Amino acid sequence: MCRVACTAVPLDSSFIGRSYPPTAAYSVGREKIREFADAIGDDDPVLRDADAARAAGHRDVIAPPTFAIVVSLRSWQTLLDDPELGLDYSRVVHREQSFTHHRPIRAGDELVTTVHVDDIRSAAGNDFLTVRSEVADASGEPVTTARSTLVARGTSDQQGSA
Amino acid sequence: MLRAHAEVAEGDELPPLHATVTRTDLVRYAGASGDFNPIHWNERVAREVGLPGVIAHGMLTMAMATRLVTAWAGDPAAVVECGVRFTRPVVVPDEGVGAELEITGSVTQRRDDGTVAVAITARSAGQTVLGRATATVALRC
Repeated sequence: MCRVACTAVPLDSSFIGRSYPPTAAYSVGREKIREFADAIGDDDPVLRDADAARAAGHRDVIAPPTFAIVVSLRSWQTLLDDPELGLDYSRVVHREQSFTHHRPIRAGDELVTTVHVDDIRSAAGNDFLTVRSEVADASGEPVTTARSTLVARGTSDQQGSA
Repeated sequence: MLRAHAEVAEGDELPPLHATVTRTDLVRYAGASGDFNPIHWNERVAREVGLPGVIAHGMLTMAMATRLVTAWAGDPAAVVECGVRFTRPVVVPDEGVGAELEITGSVTQRRDDGTVAVAITARSAGQTVLGRATATVALRC
């Protein structure tokens, strides 16, 4: 317990407003979408069969709405790799998540994500970090805006001494 | 096929979704999503950070909640916005049976722009596990 709590320091609110360099492009593949659909138990053919997707008016198989977390998570890595921020992912729990889809993600997309720190605050001994991942395609057109609030548990003295 | 906006009324209930989440499902979701946080597969780490045990990825619960809406709407692309707050962890015991999830939803608003708002409820072990779970759905006009 001490190993976790005693090394924890509160997150620095001066990071609010910071944005990180765009990620390398993520290539959305049909099989990755199928793997994700399997993991969430969704058997909709437009996620799995290009012909079914085209019949429904899509260019290729599309991803389910929460697939955007795959690229969001990758974009968080830039935060986790920032030693100045000092975010320990094993202490992180997910508090809130939303997605605004400007268009569906589909196979063949090359997605680039830019992560922004929108808010950092402390409450009840925990740090709340609100992160916005702006996902765009190869031509720079917006695809998805993903907003996430993460809680870093037990970063205050109150929890550290518990 | 995408559901017609004209066929939907405020107060309509979506067909409920019952799902079981096992440790195997958590491992599968970890691999598919890339979220390898050990609190979703390692009992020791989960307890060290003060959790009652291994918990489901909040995003897996959100995915189930969103499935309720996409299945009803007739096309996953119909969900143009969705959001949730993870209010209680879904504890997934290691006894082979897993955790039960019960997802329900209803249409709370029918808008003139061809969209509807859906409110979603997710329960596990008799308690709600999501708060403010909503989706905006663009239907066929």
